[in-house]
Amino acid sequence: MNLHVSFPAAFAVFSRNFLVWRRLFWPALVMNFGEPALYLLGLGLGLGHFIGEMDGVNYLAFLASGIIASSAMNTASFEGMYSVYTRMGPQKTYDAMLATPVRVQDIVMGEMLWCGAKALFSASGIFLVALALGVISSPLALWVLPAAVLTGLAFAGPAIMMSALARNYDFFNYYFVLALTPMLLVSGVFFPLDGLPAAVRPWIDLLPLIHAVELIRGLVLDVALSRPWSNLAVLSAYALCGFWGAVWLVRRRLLE
Amino acid sequence: MTPPPAPAKQSAYAVRALGLSKTFSHPTLGEVSAVDRINLCVPRGICFGLLGPNGAGKTTTLRMLLGLLPPSAGTLELLGLSMPQDELRVRAKLGIVPQADNLDPDLSVRQNLRVYASFFGLPRKNLDAHIEQLLHFAHLSERGHARVESLSGGMKRRLTLARALINAPELLVLDEPTTGLDPQARHTLWRRLEELKAQGTTLLLTTHYMDEAERLCDELVVMDHGRVLDQGSPRSLIARHVESWVIEIRHAAQNISAFAPLREWGKLEQHGSSLYLYTHARHEAMVQLDALAHALASPPVLLQRPAGLEDVFLRLTGRDLREDA
Ligand SMILES: Nc1ncnc2c1ncn2[C@@H]1O[C@H](COP(=O)(O)OP(=O)(O)OP(=O)(O)O)[C@@H](O)[C@H]1O
Ligand SMILES: [Mg+2]
Repeated sequence: MNLHVSFPAAFAVFSRNFLVWRRLFWPALVMNFGEPALYLLGLGLGLGHFIGEMDGVNYLAFLASGIIASSAMNTASFEGMYSVYTRMGPQKTYDAMLATPVRVQDIVMGEMLWCGAKALFSASGIFLVALALGVISSPLALWVLPAAVLTGLAFAGPAIMMSALARNYDFFNYYFVLALTPMLLVSGVFFPLDGLPAAVRPWIDLLPLIHAVELIRGLVLDVALSRPWSNLAVLSAYALCGFWGAVWLVRRRLLE
Repeated sequence: MTPPPAPAKQSAYAVRALGLSKTFSHPTLGEVSAVDRINLCVPRGICFGLLGPNGAGKTTTLRMLLGLLPPSAGTLELLGLSMPQDELRVRAKLGIVPQADNLDPDLSVRQNLRVYASFFGLPRKNLDAHIEQLLHFAHLSERGHARVESLSGGMKRRLTLARALINAPELLVLDEPTTGLDPQARHTLWRRLEELKAQGTTLLLTTHYMDEAERLCDELVVMDHGRVLDQGSPRSLIARHVESWVIEIRHAAQNISAFAPLREWGKLEQHGSSLYLYTHARHEAMVQLDALAHALASPPVLLQRPAGLEDVFLRLTGRDLREDA
């Protein structure tokens, strides 16, 4: 399978999305930034009042880092499913692109980068809220932004694969309920993992979200990262395998 | 160091397909052959038409030519370059008007063209002027800011044509470009296509309108069931397959025996509710036909005209006859 990407072509795909997004900036802002910010304020201030500290740190800071990771996941997944599916199926946007020198791998690369950009966008929104709430102490915390991009890339591939397999929008409910929501609950976003049975821990380490949470939490709290290389390796592996799988499935869907 | 790509041979052909085939696996019917070992040679600079009934394999053939569908067998050369090896270089010189519109509904008319140009990696210099020219060409200058949804079907088709021209293609492929358009819009589109041909663009189109094929195409193939039935200029196809005149006897199908004596003058066929007499001896046939018609209680309506492509099409594909049988 030819995976050679033309970056100018991928960038053209990315730019097309950016052009559309600019027009829909305000609704996108509400969706990607408003909602997680409300969660953070509501849960963080409300629950935080009772909890105070979680795992030895301020609950608001604990939660903020979890939500940056989970909203990067959600944003990239939404984009990779609902939007990509719309362009692949009903809107036939990709059919039009494939009549030009743009190839499937360029489209997938452009869409994945775009998912990464949207993850960055929503992560930076929450980052700003967290900053305003006095949760962020060190400028090194800015590293969460590239970490959010990597998180977006890690979730983009699987989401695009789901789009290539889907026959309608309802199909995505399975992925949300069977994959993303359980992952959200076992990856330490809202509470630490100490309560989980030891037997399941190694399995959870195979999931991408926990690595995004560990990475981002360490950076937000400004503490030493426990296993940054594993975190980066797992997220990158998801991004690369996801790219491969997405190219394979999208090609099968569009060209055969 | 990699050697520079070999320059494209100045092939005299825009399209050369040999033994092109496509089989689809169908859940109940097994392997279905949509295109069956067809050969196509399209010289540069002409308008080449692909005719055939619904399901004949026209779209499948075009999609294979464009590299949008991998052929099951066969070799393919476009603009002197072999496919799929030189796919990218071919695409850069190709314009495509697909059967189903796929304009970008998220973008305005002008943005559709600008974004499409970016897929070709066209330089930005002079791009805006080029886009204005194309909008003018498509009669859409006033609509540059409109959203695609707000356009009529004809405007969308013209925008799709303008979009296909963004890279100044050497070969323009159009799949049923005028289906669903009103007569004015069809004439506008025809004029645009004739202008393009005059500028040296090779046109490859499919259509269900025989007047369109007769007017635009220098060369045609008629296909059915994935096979080429015949190829030639509209005139030569007409001369080869049908007599020079057609006399239609309206609503006389149930009376075919009454008109059987006309067989002396040519071929008598039934299509739908009418009978058609294909003949070289128009005058003699009319004399006898008048006599036969007068003998009937209600004489049928008679129409006579020179034979055209439509008659060739019906004769070759025999669709109507076959389904009556
Ligand atoms: N993706 C596909 N999978 C299975 N069968 C297909 C596929 N695409 C086309 N076919 C079959 O191949 C045959 C040729 O279809 P094609 O679309 O090429 O016809 P066409 O000549 O373009 O018809 P129309 O005039 O209706 O556009 C049909 O029998 C069709 O059902
Ligand atoms: Mg078709």
